[in-house]
Amino acid sequence: MSQPSKPTTEASVAAQPDTSETGDRAGRRRRKSAATVNALDGIGGLGAPAPDSFLSVRDLRVHFPTDDGLVKSVDGLSFDLSRGKTLGIVGESGSGKSVTSMAIMGLHKPGTVQMTGSIRLDGQELVGSSPEAVRLLRGKKMAMIFQDPLSAMHPFYTVGHQIVEAYRMHNDVSTSVAKKHAVEMLDRVGIPQASSRVDDYPHQFSGGMRQRAMIAMALSCSPDLLIADEPTTALDVTVQAQILDLVRDLQSEFNSAVIIITHDLGVVAELSDDIMVMYAGRAVEYAAAEEVFERPKHPYTWGLLSSMPRLDRARIDRLRPIPGAPPSLINVPSGCPFHPRCAYADRTGGLSQSQRPPLEEKAPGHYAACHLTPEQRTAIWETDIKPTL
Amino acid sequence: MTASTAPSPDTAATRGDALLRVTNLTKHFPIRRGLLQRTVGAVQAVDGLNFEVAKGETLSLVGESGCGKTTTGRMLTRLIEPTDGLLEFEGRDVTHISMRQLRPLRRDVQMIFQDPYGSLNPRHTVGTIVGAPFKLQNIKTEKGIKRSVQDLLELVGLSPEHYNRYPHEFSGGQRQRIGIARSLALRPKLIVADEPVSALDVSIQAQVINLLEDLQNEFDLTYVVIAHDLSVVRHMSDRVAVMYLGKLVEVAGRDELYTRPMHPYTTALMSAVPVPDTSRRTKRERIRLTGDVPSPINPPPACRFNTRCWKAQEVCRTIEPPLVELAPGHQVACHFPENPDGPAAGPVLLDTPRTRDDDATA
Repeated sequence: MSQPSKPTTEASVAAQPDTSETGDRAGRRRRKSAATVNALDGIGGLGAPAPDSFLSVRDLRVHFPTDDGLVKSVDGLSFDLSRGKTLGIVGESGSGKSVTSMAIMGLHKPGTVQMTGSIRLDGQELVGSSPEAVRLLRGKKMAMIFQDPLSAMHPFYTVGHQIVEAYRMHNDVSTSVAKKHAVEMLDRVGIPQASSRVDDYPHQFSGGMRQRAMIAMALSCSPDLLIADEPTTALDVTVQAQILDLVRDLQSEFNSAVIIITHDLGVVAELSDDIMVMYAGRAVEYAAAEEVFERPKHPYTWGLLSSMPRLDRARIDRLRPIPGAPPSLINVPSGCPFHPRCAYADRTGGLSQSQRPPLEEKAPGHYAACHLTPEQRTAIWETDIKPTL
Repeated sequence: MTASTAPSPDTAATRGDALLRVTNLTKHFPIRRGLLQRTVGAVQAVDGLNFEVAKGETLSLVGESGCGKTTTGRMLTRLIEPTDGLLEFEGRDVTHISMRQLRPLRRDVQMIFQDPYGSLNPRHTVGTIVGAPFKLQNIKTEKGIKRSVQDLLELVGLSPEHYNRYPHEFSGGQRQRIGIARSLALRPKLIVADEPVSALDVSIQAQVINLLEDLQNEFDLTYVVIAHDLSVVRHMSDRVAVMYLGKLVEVAGRDELYTRPMHPYTTALMSAVPVPDTSRRTKRERIRLTGDVPSPINPPPACRFNTRCWKAQEVCRTIEPPLVELAPGHQVACHFPENPDGPAAGPVLLDTPRTRDDDATA
């Protein structure tokens, strides 16, 4: 079983030594990660991937043909991610966040989906690869944490059995060694009495423990890329804090690349180096986390920041929601897909209604897809938005 | 009625305008085992709550899952019958009244549910769903039911043309609006909203919160909001009640609670909320609660929080702290309250490092 994963092991060993920064976590977080945001020319333009990028997605399109029309769930998405870094993908439901992660993991059912573009994981092209080839990458090369651990785990097998199965897939070891490893992993993620709980079934775990068990399973083969799709949405804040700490610690230990998908801006602020804001299947803003929170450039990002009540600010009398609802992905609005909900779309002289804005570098390492001129943007941000946040 | 022996509740008692009063409210779900289905124990979901809801205010119940928030909400609407205690609505004891007597109460007390997908019958049109309360209560409106339903739809921001559509044609936010329209049909006095916005996207969440506020002002509604998102709770509530394992641990006015949380559990909850501000993440010190909420079948003795509390001492394991008023309108059940001398300096997002003892509960 270990045969096909040989190159993987070598690659991860090769990548392992240059982890000079793992120790200094705080330093790493503070460092601007603009380097990972490599040149993206235009809409999903195929700029050359950054040399250190571990995952590079270029002009990814994931379309689903349905009876009602073609659902363009992801429509021209590009980004890079290096090892040891965390990318936060933010957006409302239907913005294409989960479809993107499923595409990377190769979890879309062939025949129901039209996928074009390029996903290169450690140099290996995934779009168009055979399902079997992608399957062999799952576990060791990439792993995923799902939102709902109860449906992601098999109810019929013990938690330990499921971790052992995943581990033995990629490691040529006996069941007893694998089981020892499973206990170790469960202990590592903070399951009390791991040696006895390993024989429990998923239903015997509480929600937070199940989520941790799934993280243990995902991390059992120390994957190089970890995708966490709404990992804490179903959990209480106290448990959420534990899980976020855990993801952070394990990342620095394994030097994994992490993609965290969520609609909670607080969660991405805690974890991410880079943030990509998605709307209607496209990236509308993409920059280092500090940039997105301190100098956001896209009206949709402004809207997201203004519409949430915040504990770290004085209470305001009335929230400022984004009007309207996310668009249908079958009939995406013309021009900028956000223009029907955008308060500033009328200031672009009709451009927003007619032309799709490309994702451009508006400031060094800070990309946004918006027709507003830099002067307009600065004026709106400084006078209308920033003082009210 | 065992209620007469219960301690008399908070300051609202003197205000005398309580719409809803709860005294020693308790719900234990029996656990039955064996051939004879003998009762072998009980899930102590809610255990001896005392609080009041004044007319026109919004009271929020917060806490982790399994703390009894939803059970409380369902008792307030009498969807389930309390095991013990007293539930008074407008001064009238409604704790154990029969189904027949409940019917008029249903006009005054309505509920908004969390899941906008599960709470609307997929086979009924919006018109049927929102018009159901009129039919069930045998109410004839002056303009006819259809017209009234269309007015309601307009009121919650939907189009009257949606009358003949089915729930699956709507987005989550719109469905939640349908649920709100239904709960408003009979012009209730009290609405219990169980996680009304937690299933919605951020931008839509703000729309629905604003709608609920507008409706409250327009119809002088009283809300009991059950929620776990502390930022949403701060925005919506006048008063907040924090629950832990079926007990109230802290009740206070919104501003008081958020500037001066006294119960360690409340401070821990607040410190765990992730904040959308990258500059905070390096300097913020979190209180990390270890472990899960203990089982309500066999809750810890005395203070139920003692197994996870970093301040717990011997007395916390032997004597249950009563819910007492430590500041005006601020009740706390703790032997060692935080911030006892006054509001915390600065915003209570716990930038100040504090000692914690993670090993205590391992």
